[in-house]
Amino acid sequence: MHEVSKTSIVSVCKLGSRTPRPSGLHTFEPPSHFWVDAVEIPAASASTPSDLSRLAPLVDQLRQRFPTDRLLTQPAQLAPYESDGLTAFRVHPGGVVLVQDASEVVTVVRLCHEHGVPFVARGSGTSLSGGSLPVAGGLVIALNRMNRVLDYQPRSQTIVVEPGVVNQQVSRHVAQDGLYYAPDPSSGPVCTIGGNVAFNSGGAHCLKYGMTANHVLGIKAVFPDGELVELGGRSHETAGADLAGMFVGSEGLFGIALEIVLRLLPLPERFHTVLAAYDSLEKAGDAVASVVASGLLPGAMEIMDKLAIEASEQAVHAGYPTGAAAALIVELEGPEEEVAAEIPRLDAIMQASGAYELRVAKSAADRMNIWKGRKGAFSAVGRLSPDYIVQDGVVPRSRLGEALAEVQRLSARYGLRVANVFHAGDGNLHPLILYDGRIEGQLHQAELLAGEILRMCIRLGGSITGEHGVGVEKLEFLPEMYGEAEMELMNRVRQTIDPQELANRGKLLLSASDVGKQSHAPHPLESAGVISRA
Amino acid sequence: METIETTEQLTHFVRNQAQVRVRAGGTKPATSGNANVSLVNLSGVIEYESSEFTITVRAGTPLAEIENLLAEQRQYLPFDPPLARAGATIGGTVATGLSGSGRFRYGGVRDFLLGVRFVTGEGQLVQLGSKVVKNAAGFDFPKLMVGGLGRFGIMTELTLKVFPAPEATRTVVLENDNQSDALETMLQLAASQLDLTCLDLDDTNRIRARVAGSDSALLDRVARLQQFSNIANKVIEGEEELALWQAVGEFQWVPAGYRLVKVALAPEQIPPLISDLTPGALRICAGGHLGWIAWPQERPGEELDRVLAQHCCPGLAITGDWHSPLIGEHQGSAFARRLTLALDPESKFTNPQPVV
Ligand SMILES: Cc1cc2nc3c(=O)[nH]c(=O)nc-3n(C[C@H](O)[C@H](O)[C@H](O)COP(=O)(O)OP(=O)(O)OC[C@H]3O[C@@H](n4cnc5c(N)ncnc54)[C@H](O)[C@@H]3O)c2cc1C
Repeated sequence: MHEVSKTSIVSVCKLGSRTPRPSGLHTFEPPSHFWVDAVEIPAASASTPSDLSRLAPLVDQLRQRFPTDRLLTQPAQLAPYESDGLTAFRVHPGGVVLVQDASEVVTVVRLCHEHGVPFVARGSGTSLSGGSLPVAGGLVIALNRMNRVLDYQPRSQTIVVEPGVVNQQVSRHVAQDGLYYAPDPSSGPVCTIGGNVAFNSGGAHCLKYGMTANHVLGIKAVFPDGELVELGGRSHETAGADLAGMFVGSEGLFGIALEIVLRLLPLPERFHTVLAAYDSLEKAGDAVASVVASGLLPGAMEIMDKLAIEASEQAVHAGYPTGAAAALIVELEGPEEEVAAEIPRLDAIMQASGAYELRVAKSAADRMNIWKGRKGAFSAVGRLSPDYIVQDGVVPRSRLGEALAEVQRLSARYGLRVANVFHAGDGNLHPLILYDGRIEGQLHQAELLAGEILRMCIRLGGSITGEHGVGVEKLEFLPEMYGEAEMELMNRVRQTIDPQELANRGKLLLSASDVGKQSHAPHPLESAGVISRA
Repeated sequence: METIETTEQLTHFVRNQAQVRVRAGGTKPATSGNANVSLVNLSGVIEYESSEFTITVRAGTPLAEIENLLAEQRQYLPFDPPLARAGATIGGTVATGLSGSGRFRYGGVRDFLLGVRFVTGEGQLVQLGSKVVKNAAGFDFPKLMVGGLGRFGIMTELTLKVFPAPEATRTVVLENDNQSDALETMLQLAASQLDLTCLDLDDTNRIRARVAGSDSALLDRVARLQQFSNIANKVIEGEEELALWQAVGEFQWVPAGYRLVKVALAPEQIPPLISDLTPGALRICAGGHLGWIAWPQERPGEELDRVLAQHCCPGLAITGDWHSPLIGEHQGSAFARRLTLALDPESKFTNPQPVV
C-alpha cells in the first residue's frame, strides 16, 4: 500500500499534484483553486507554547520505536496532513506517525499521555467539519495502514475490522456471501470505518436502516490515557448499557477505536429506483411527504434542486432532467414479490405528485448511474462556483417545505446562490452555499448565511448536524442547540475521560479553559479569518 | 416507596436521597428490587405527530397505551417491546434495553430511541439527543440510557422513532427434527433475502418465522418461505397469529418456578451454551442474537452467572431474586466507571451495586 494514495485525498489535491488521486474515488473532485485560500490557524489558538516544548522529547521516544518512513516530522512530509475536507483550515502538526497495528496505537497514545502532547487520529481526512484537523505541536496518528479485516463471520452476519478499513471495502469483502454493510456515505470509496465511527456517519440509505451507530456492535478502543477498553461485542443485541453506542459519534474525544465489530445485512433481492422531475421544489417535497404518509418504507428518498442537478449533470452526465426545479430519487428495496407489490402504490403517488417526468432504472447499471449523479453532487457543485460551503442540518420532516423556503429567502437576501442536495426522507438538509472567496467579504456573507441556516434548524426543533459532526466547524453552535446544563454534562464526561484534553482538542467541545470566556464570542478559529467549508 | 408525579418532585427527590433506585411498571422485578421511587405516575404522551413518525412520551407511560395510540395511525414500534400486556412502561423498557422478536428486522430499542430527558445524580434535569430522526450533534446519551438500568440517570421523557405498520402478516412455524437442523435452518433463513420480520427458535426445535408487508405479496412470500426450508410447517394467521406473538412477548412459555434472564448472543455461541445450560431452557430470537433463559428458582443464580461468564455472554436478569441484575460477562467497566463519575459523582444510582 502506498500511503501517498491512502493518506488523504485532500492533501493530494492540495499539494497541487492532482494526478495521483486515489483510483477508487469518484465523488470528490474539487477544483484546483479550492485549496489555495486556506487559512493558517495561529498555533496559539489550538495549542499552548508548552505543547511545543513537550513535543521534542516525545518525538525522541517515538524515533526509538518507529522507522523514519513511518514517523514524519519534516515540513514537506507534514503538508499532506495539515487539512481535511474542511479545506480552508490548515494547521501544521508537530509530527505524524503512521501506525500499523493496535499495539502501536496504544504505545503512541500512552507516550502522548506521558508527555502531555495532544493527538488527532486520522482516517482518510475527508471530514467536512474539520474533525481531522491537527493540533499545532501535536501528533497526528494516521490509521490508514490499519486496514485489515480481523474476523468475518458470514453466518452471524458480523465482521471485525481495523479502523483504517475503507467503508466500501467492507461491502466488497462480504458481497460473495450476499451480505453488505448498510451505511453508505457519498465518501464511501475513501472514508474509513474509524472516521465513520467517530462521526456516526450517514448516507442516502439511512432512512430505513439508520446511521453508523445502528450498525456498530462492538468497539475496542484506547482511552486518551492509554487504558484499553472493550465495549459491546459480537451480538446484534446488547445486555447492560449500550456503551459501544455511546462511543460512536464522540468525534474522537473518547480516544481511538482499534477494532470495530459491524453488523452486516443480507443484500436486498430487488431494487426499484425512480427518478422524478418537478417544476418546483415544493412539489418534490410534497411527494416525499405523500410517500411517507402512504406507509411505504423506501430504502432512500433524496432530493436535488435545480442548481445541484445542473452541476451534477455537467460533472457525471447521469441523465438527470436538466431544467427541472427539483429531482427526487425514491428507491424501494426488498424481496422480489414485495417490491413488485409496492411499485404500483409508489407509481400512483408519483403520478399524482405532479412529476413531469418519471424515469425508472431498468438495470443495475442504470441504477448506479442515478446514484452516481446524486453521490457526486457535492463535488460537482464545485464546477458552478469558485468556492462553496457544505452545510448539514436537520429539520423535522414535516417542516421540510418551510425550511427550504426559508433557505431560498436567505439565499435571496444574501445574494448568494444555494444549491440543495438532501436526504429528504430524514429531513437532513445539505445546502451548498456558493461564493467567491476572491471577492472581498463574500466568504463572510456565506458564513453568516450558513449560520442562519443552522439557527433555523435549531428553531424548527432539529439539529445542527445530521451526519458531518460538529468538529471545529460548529463548535459555537452546539451550545445553541443544547442548554448550559447539557453542555456542562458533556464537558464533565470529557473531563473524566481526558482531563488533559489530549484527544481531538478543539473539536466538538470548547476547551474547559475557554468555556465561559468564549460563550458569546466567535470561535477563535473563526476569528482567524477566511473560512470555507467544503 | 415514594411515587412522584412531576419532574420537579423527582429532581428534588434525587437531590435529597443518598440512594435512588427507580421502578415503574414493576414487570422486571430483578432490575427494580430495591426501588425507593416509583415513576408510574409520570405518565402520558407529550407529543405525537404521526406525519413525523416520532413520539415523545413520559417515562412511566405504559407500552400498551403507546402501542394503541400508534395503531390508530397504522404505526408501531418495530422492536416489539416485551411485557406490554403485563404493564411494562416505555421508561422501563429503555432502561433495561428490552426488545422482542421484532428486533430481527429493523433493530432493537437502541435503534429507535432518539432523545431523552433525564435527571443526573446531582438532581440536574437535562435533555439530550433530539426529536428528529437524524442527529450527530454531541455525545449520544440516549444510547447510554438503553440498558443502563437507571445507573447513569433517571429518564423522565423519551422521544422514539416509529415506523408504518405493515399491511399484513403471516407466521410460518417450521418443525425441525433436532437442534442442529433447527439452528442450521434458522441461520440460513437469517441470511436469506426473504426479509423476515421475526425469526425465533424455541427449545422444542420449532422455528417461528414471521413475514410482514404488502397484502398482495404476502401469500407468495409465505410460499417461498415454505419452499426455502422444505420441512414440515404450518402457516398461522389472524387472531391465532396475534395470540402467538403476544404469548412470546409476555414470556408465557416460562414455567412457574422459573426465573427469566435475557442474554445477548452471537449465533456461534449457541450450541456450546445450550449444552451447559441444563436445567435451564433457552429460547432464541432475532436469528440467534437474542436469547431468553428460563432458570429454575431453586437453583443458585450464581450457577447461571458462571455459565454465562464462561461463554462470554452478557446477561440481564428480568425476574426472580439475583445479587445483581447484570450477570455473565459484561465489557466496558472502565468506560462505565468514568461515565458514572461524570453523571452521578456520589454514586446514588449505583449504590450498593457495582456499575457493571
Ligand atoms: C465528497 C464527500 C462526501 C461526503 N459524504 C458524506 C455522507 O454522505 N455522509 C456522511 O456522513 N459524511 C460524508 N462525508 C464526510 C466524511 O467523509 C465522513 O465524516 C467520514 O466518516 C470521515 O471519514 P475519514 O476516514 O475521512 O475520517 P477523518 O476525516 O480522517 O477523521 C474524522 C474524525 O474521526 C476521527 N477518527 C478517525 N479515526 C478514528 C478512530 N479510529 N477512532 C477515533 N476517532 C477517529 C478523527 O480524529 C476525526 O475527528 C463526505 C465527505 C466528502 C469529502
